[in-house]
Amino acid sequence: MTAQQDIKADTWTVAGRTFTSRLIVGTGKYKNFEENAAAVGASGAEIVTVAVRRVNVSDPGQPRLTDFIDPKKITYLPNTAGCFTAEDAIRTLRLAREAGGWNLVKLEVLGEAKTLYPDMRETLRATEALVKEGFEPMVYCVDDPIAAKQLEEAGAVAIMPLGAPIGSGLGIQNLVTIRLIVEGAGVPVLVDAGVGTASDAAVAMELGCDGVLMNTAIAEAKEPVLMARAMKAAVEAGRLAYLAGRMQKRRYADPSSPLAGLI
Amino acid sequence: MSLDGSLGVRVNGEHRRLPGGISIAEMLNELGLDPLRVAVERNLEIVPRSTLGEVCVEDGDDFEIVHFVGGG
Repeated sequence: MTAQQDIKADTWTVAGRTFTSRLIVGTGKYKNFEENAAAVGASGAEIVTVAVRRVNVSDPGQPRLTDFIDPKKITYLPNTAGCFTAEDAIRTLRLAREAGGWNLVKLEVLGEAKTLYPDMRETLRATEALVKEGFEPMVYCVDDPIAAKQLEEAGAVAIMPLGAPIGSGLGIQNLVTIRLIVEGAGVPVLVDAGVGTASDAAVAMELGCDGVLMNTAIAEAKEPVLMARAMKAAVEAGRLAYLAGRMQKRRYADPSSPLAGLI
Repeated sequence: MSLDGSLGVRVNGEHRRLPGGISIAEMLNELGLDPLRVAVERNLEIVPRSTLGEVCVEDGDDFEIVHFVGGG
């Protein structure tokens, strides 16, 4: 098998659905739907996250996300952004399931507005309840290998630890814990939140993550469509580097040209 | 229920008056909403899309009508 064929065969599967792109992008914070759709196209993403919100009853004719990003072609992953209790998150996802007709969802239960850090007690409780109701939750969580294990045991179909706080763009703060989560997980692991630029996405993939989820890093770039391309390339580069297996680090130099035959 | 037979309901937190005897699907039409693009919760219970045409709006009902918007 050639390297080219290897790359083509490099898919990942979550809850029985197989994807080629390892980049999931959000659909918030864009200037307009046109730019949002162009960025999704440039990112190559096959999954986008979406929020569930009240329709504007006083102006029902406004343009809608679904007019620009076709849910028949791109998998919509409804989130529970803004939910601070298990009950709120479950209620939101029941509505999402009715609106979309699918069970694959992104669960996030937040602890406080300042850091948007997940409340893991509520997150675990919500995961258990959702699984009982037939949902397949991909779960946003802290970068804690024990919490990740508990979520997996509760039925999470993917573990999505933060690299840094949501919207911060600080990059992955703890490479060690993300790697520990990857090594311990039997379900896909995706870094969700904290990516600021392309190298951060590459780092996540080099650690062996199955994918990366991001929103602000693309939406708040000066040129979001160009950054979407950069992220696509970074995720692919990081994945290939992981598969290739990096060289060992040394403390001192090692010449690349032969010493023999020196004049 | 008022003297003229109209119903008082709440839709996404706002009070509305609707004619009596209408179904939820008819209410959505009245509001200019496509039943295929929204999800409806009535008094904290999901109303399955397949039953929107059969379930009648009742006086005092509290509706949440949602759809997908951009988010991360």
